[in-house]
Amino acid sequence: MSSIILAIVIGGAFGFTLDRIGATNPNFIIRMLNLTNLHLMRAILLGIGVAAVLAFGGLLTGLVDPGHLSVKTAYIGVFVGGLLLGLGFAVAGYCPGTGLAAAASGRYDAIVFALGGLLGAFAYMVTYADIASMGLLAEIAGGKTTLGTIAGTNYPALFDLSGELIGLVMGAAFIAVAWLLPERILGSKKHEAPAE
Amino acid sequence: MKAPLSWKTGGLLLGVVFFAAVLLVKPIGVSTQFVILDGILWDTVDSSVVTESTEAKSGYTSSNAYLAKSGGSYAKSVENPLNYSFVFVLALMAGAALSARLRGGVEKAEKSMPAVWRVNFGDEPWKRYLATFLAGFVVLYGARLAGGCTSGHMMSGMMQTAVSGFIFAGGVFAAGIPTALILFRKEN
Repeated sequence: MSSIILAIVIGGAFGFTLDRIGATNPNFIIRMLNLTNLHLMRAILLGIGVAAVLAFGGLLTGLVDPGHLSVKTAYIGVFVGGLLLGLGFAVAGYCPGTGLAAAASGRYDAIVFALGGLLGAFAYMVTYADIASMGLLAEIAGGKTTLGTIAGTNYPALFDLSGELIGLVMGAAFIAVAWLLPERILGSKKHEAPAE
Repeated sequence: MKAPLSWKTGGLLLGVVFFAAVLLVKPIGVSTQFVILDGILWDTVDSSVVTESTEAKSGYTSSNAYLAKSGGSYAKSVENPLNYSFVFVLALMAGAALSARLRGGVEKAEKSMPAVWRVNFGDEPWKRYLATFLAGFVVLYGARLAGGCTSGHMMSGMMQTAVSGFIFAGGVFAAGIPTALILFRKEN
């Protein structure tokens, strides 16, 4: 029962935050991807950075149980699936989480997106055996690999260094990049001298 | 175009939520629940899809290889929808609905399509709906092939320094940025 209460509290906070940062608005996602408004890119990078610093700080101090980590396996399908997701992400301006959040916020095109998503997920369920036999799901880079060695877990490490330290440095780097990114990269409203 | 929160406040809040999930339960993920809902619908139409099994680790198995994988853990969730991950996604929707309501809801013109779509492709809703339906299909097929989406792979993955998260993010932006650059050339 307590896990259901946590689901409601954390899930609710996540959905609320997605809407507040503009992630339920496809204008922000599309304009992040066409590089004309990096508001959301900066929020996402800052979010990953803050979460990493807190999590690895928590692991070092013993606040976070390493058993709560859950690292996903690396395989070729991760990249291919990422390409497919990126394609649809750019067309619609929605990903699975933000699409559901946007549908709940009252966007009709997001409801249609979610219905397409249900069919797409179903298509994967029925083609899963074929995908597996094509070798797309074979592990690469050691499988459930992390950048460094994280104490209390048996995830293989890409580098033989403290995973907690790498996590903190990576988190700080994400925060720095969020700060350094401009508001937009392409087509600045202030007229720039044309390249000749 | 302005979001309710600045990227600084919003990003900080987002980071705290992802951290809280790891601290208290497990990393955030969403796209698996599309499979669970499909499984629930499928099992409603054909109750032989998910069945109890003493051999499976979870106690459930399925005639569908995907639902039966990993000891039938998806099959179990289909039979017991009142589990953490499924309720999490329902709560996500409730949280977004509440936030939208508190800021006065989505503008009427935006409900059927975003401004950036309208300026590039005109304002017939059916074109937008056809595009988002197909996009939804491709996005969820891709997310299941990858084993996660923007939440589970990109945010939760990279915050744990997971190599798979970086591979996934590389794929998303390698396809997403060129697609958006080609499709959305005009600005409001």
